[in-house]
Amino acid sequence: MIPAPFDYHAPESMADALELLERYGESAKILSGGQSLLPLLKLRFGMVDHLIDIGRIPGLEYIHESDGQLRIGGVTRESALERSELIRTKYPILLDTASVIADPLVRNRATVGGVGGNLAHGDPANDHPATMLVLGAEVTATGPKGQRTIPVEEFFADLFTTALAPDEILTEIRVPVPAARSGGAYLKLERKVGDYAAAAAAVSITLGEDGSVARAGIGLTNAGPTPVKAVEAEGFLTGKQPDDAVLHEAGRIAGAAASPSPDHRGSVEYKREMARVLVTRAARKALDRAGGR
Amino acid sequence: MAQHRIRVAVNGTVREAEVESRLLLVHLLRDVLRLTGTHIGCDTTHCGACTVLLDGEAVKSCTVLAVQADGRDVMTVEGLEQNGNLHPIQEGFMEEHGLQCGYCTPGMMMTGYALLNRHAKPTEKEIREAISGNLCRCTGYVNIVKAVQHAAHKMA
Repeated sequence: MIPAPFDYHAPESMADALELLERYGESAKILSGGQSLLPLLKLRFGMVDHLIDIGRIPGLEYIHESDGQLRIGGVTRESALERSELIRTKYPILLDTASVIADPLVRNRATVGGVGGNLAHGDPANDHPATMLVLGAEVTATGPKGQRTIPVEEFFADLFTTALAPDEILTEIRVPVPAARSGGAYLKLERKVGDYAAAAAAVSITLGEDGSVARAGIGLTNAGPTPVKAVEAEGFLTGKQPDDAVLHEAGRIAGAAASPSPDHRGSVEYKREMARVLVTRAARKALDRAGGR
Repeated sequence: MAQHRIRVAVNGTVREAEVESRLLLVHLLRDVLRLTGTHIGCDTTHCGACTVLLDGEAVKSCTVLAVQADGRDVMTVEGLEQNGNLHPIQEGFMEEHGLQCGYCTPGMMMTGYALLNRHAKPTEKEIREAISGNLCRCTGYVNIVKAVQHAAHKMA
């Protein structure tokens, strides 16, 4: 399969990329890792006149901490997250997430942020969004008027639609450095490697001094037109001693917040039930990592 | 539509080509450079038959534009053999009977090669994870895993 014709552009600076984006407007798309976008173009589900490859702009691939935040460059490959010592030791929920995206070959190209990538694509079946929601992440959008910060909670507007303006590029993802006694986990049920989730859950927990839950984040993948933040379940968990009964109830409330579509991966009832189970299991794992058990 | 003059180092030799923006890397290799060892299987980023190394990383060449490889290094299955000597990964597939129809084999070998470059002594689990983006529909994976282990042993 061959995409319909388009013009490829490879700007070497962000300024050039933004200028191209402004010039071509709606007829242009940003190409990042290309692992979502190129298949769409090959299948001709999407057409584009201009592809603007941001992969040759230096300085967009990095993972480091500064000013109390983990900073991930928009073009950072998923495989770089998997191989990062910082991610492995301090952000295991991000390792959980990166290592179940597509397959290892795709992860060598796919990027965390880019428009063809995992966040800016706005696909509720992608894995990072739920994790970024529970971590309270924010993204940096760079446009002709400079940069602005968008909390991930406000980023996913609708199916395949994000808060990015047409003339903006997602250039950075920022995650707060976790507080003491914090832990998170991402669990995904997939039929096989490379498939989208039948159900998946991200849970992040910070414990207070008395061992109760001081802060809880619960997110669901592929459970509606946008990634779901299970606010009610988070509220239920907050302030409680996280014993088994409480974690089960949090799972039940979160599962009820899922509104998945039935497909070959399962019925609505099955997916809700799996979301429930995964939330409870991910909460246990998050608790272990927070040092709560 | 735009044409691009590109230079790609393929198996150590710089090759030049005039390509359309939309030309896929796998078509550059097979149709323009006539390196047909790289196979096209599913053509939908699933099967890994088209796996090549791009700057040392195993990637699916059906999901990379040829123009994205401009100025970069590409290694295909043809680059494994050196001066008539098979690479240990090739010997492994032969010795351990790591193939039946052979369609997935070039991709499997390139993924195995990339794994061993990064990780000289992978466990069976690590090998299975590494090849999880490469599908084999006839041998199954037992002998493929053995083939990669054979190469790891040989290269140690």
